[in-house]
Amino acid sequence: MNALILSAVLGVIMMFSGIVLKEKRSIRNIAVAGMIALLIVNVLEMRGIVFFDIDAKDMIAFDRFALLFNTVAFLSALIYLLLSSRDMEKVGINYAEYLALIFFILCGITMTSAFRSLLILFLGIEIISIPLYILTGSDKKNLKSNEASLKYFLLGAFSTGLMLMGIALVYGAQGSFYTNKIILFSGTPSPLLVAGMVLLLFSMAFKVSAAPFHFWTPDVYDGAPTVFTSFMATIVKAAVFIAFIRLFDEAFGSLQVKWQLLVAIITAATLFIGNITAVFQQSVKRMLAYSSISQAGFMMLSLFALNAEAKEGLMLYVSAYSFATIGIFAVLIKMKDYTFDGFNGFAKQQPLLAATTTIFLLSLAGIPLTGGFLSKFYMLKATLSAGNYLWLVIFAVLMAAVSVYYYFRVIQAMYFKEGDAHPVDVTPAFKWTLVALSALVLLLGIFPNLLLNWYYF
Amino acid sequence: MPINYYIFLSIALFAIGIVGVLTRRNAIIIFMCIELMLNAVNLLLVAFSKMHHLKAAMTDITTKAGTDGQLFVFFIMVVAAAEVSVGLAIIVMMYRNIHSVDVNFLNRLKH
Repeated sequence: MNALILSAVLGVIMMFSGIVLKEKRSIRNIAVAGMIALLIVNVLEMRGIVFFDIDAKDMIAFDRFALLFNTVAFLSALIYLLLSSRDMEKVGINYAEYLALIFFILCGITMTSAFRSLLILFLGIEIISIPLYILTGSDKKNLKSNEASLKYFLLGAFSTGLMLMGIALVYGAQGSFYTNKIILFSGTPSPLLVAGMVLLLFSMAFKVSAAPFHFWTPDVYDGAPTVFTSFMATIVKAAVFIAFIRLFDEAFGSLQVKWQLLVAIITAATLFIGNITAVFQQSVKRMLAYSSISQAGFMMLSLFALNAEAKEGLMLYVSAYSFATIGIFAVLIKMKDYTFDGFNGFAKQQPLLAATTTIFLLSLAGIPLTGGFLSKFYMLKATLSAGNYLWLVIFAVLMAAVSVYYYFRVIQAMYFKEGDAHPVDVTPAFKWTLVALSALVLLLGIFPNLLLNWYYF
Repeated sequence: MPINYYIFLSIALFAIGIVGVLTRRNAIIIFMCIELMLNAVNLLLVAFSKMHHLKAAMTDITTKAGTDGQLFVFFIMVVAAAEVSVGLAIIVMMYRNIHSVDVNFLNRLKH
């Protein structure tokens, strides 16, 4: 409960800091300090120190899984602020408000990761989505940003409608919004319950951009200001995945035979569309949007398997994916040209930045010694132990091989092509944060237990 | 009245909303159709809430079963209002730039 209250309070503080403080540097310092405080109170809660003891009628419960994910999300958000908060100034004049919205989104994230009632799930998803609509459209004069924002808003609200219908039908069948009561049904599940579950599956697949509900993702990620795309594609997507797996584990776990084939098909379609389309992209930003779809396909494997390994693996996956993608986007924001050719000769200009970017790309592609490899490994292992779906594992491995192509195109452009890719205003602090982040990605790949032990102790 | 009537009415309203979202090209009308979907859900939730209450009241007259459904409706209303304010702001922002609210103009990102 610590992080939930503190993040909401910090959001309000940031809004007022925009009125009181004129200097952008002090606003930024407050945001970074707030994020560190958020991280600390969350870790304290994992150690059993709770500041706000509120009786939420069991609608929200912070267990290990939720707290560990919150820690990962706050750590990623802290790194994100350190790397990219300077670039938010270029988007528009409302600097403090952007940061306030980010804190509100984090508040929604703590709700979605810990819900026990569908009411909290709905509120959490909406608290995440509504600020994101604003952030997507924050570049007000830019038509692309306008378009992305309107598209995201209309489709997001539409999927919320589907989700609410699903919740209403489930409520009609079971008479409760609590996940532990929904799972209790006797005999064959009623048609209302199954229909509600399918609608919930579709709407959540929509929010995590799984095919065939992915069509908004490339446009929105491409049109949004790059700083906010970075946030959307990593922390937010990870949080919705945690909610997704929690919902289907706790509320519909006993119906697994009914939805497993459907999820397997969605997973295979997501992997296929994400990877194959990413191959044909010319812009790195759009390639990363498709890559986020294909990574979502891998994360769907954990939903498909839904065992202890899958949950551990998802935790590792979201951290490795968030760290690596935040790093790549932080470098991309500094580039003038977002096409692959824009990276030509980058290694000659900025050897350190090119090396860290390479590590992030290797992690996304799943090369051993990086976090991405082990997380993909865990996913495949969990799918194998779920049994009977060997074709899905083989297909996922093939698609991972395809993904190597488009990630390595960036590396090839950086190291083996002539050109003068010139990143703007790179400070030493930025460089060293990136180095620390890439060390973190490597650390996850070599000692994954550093993260996973927290799950149990 | 049997619960089926309420379910059919809500599903019909919901379907009208979905068809509207998929076929209409004016952003405001799409938006109204989304609101229609949300209100269909509200109606369904209230009906189910009453149903669960009556079912529980047969054995225990002082039961509070079913109140949570009506509570949910209030949350949907609040969230829908928040969504309307943001959504209309986005539509106004778009209108200022291209002087139209037709979603057919939304094709710049395709290429």
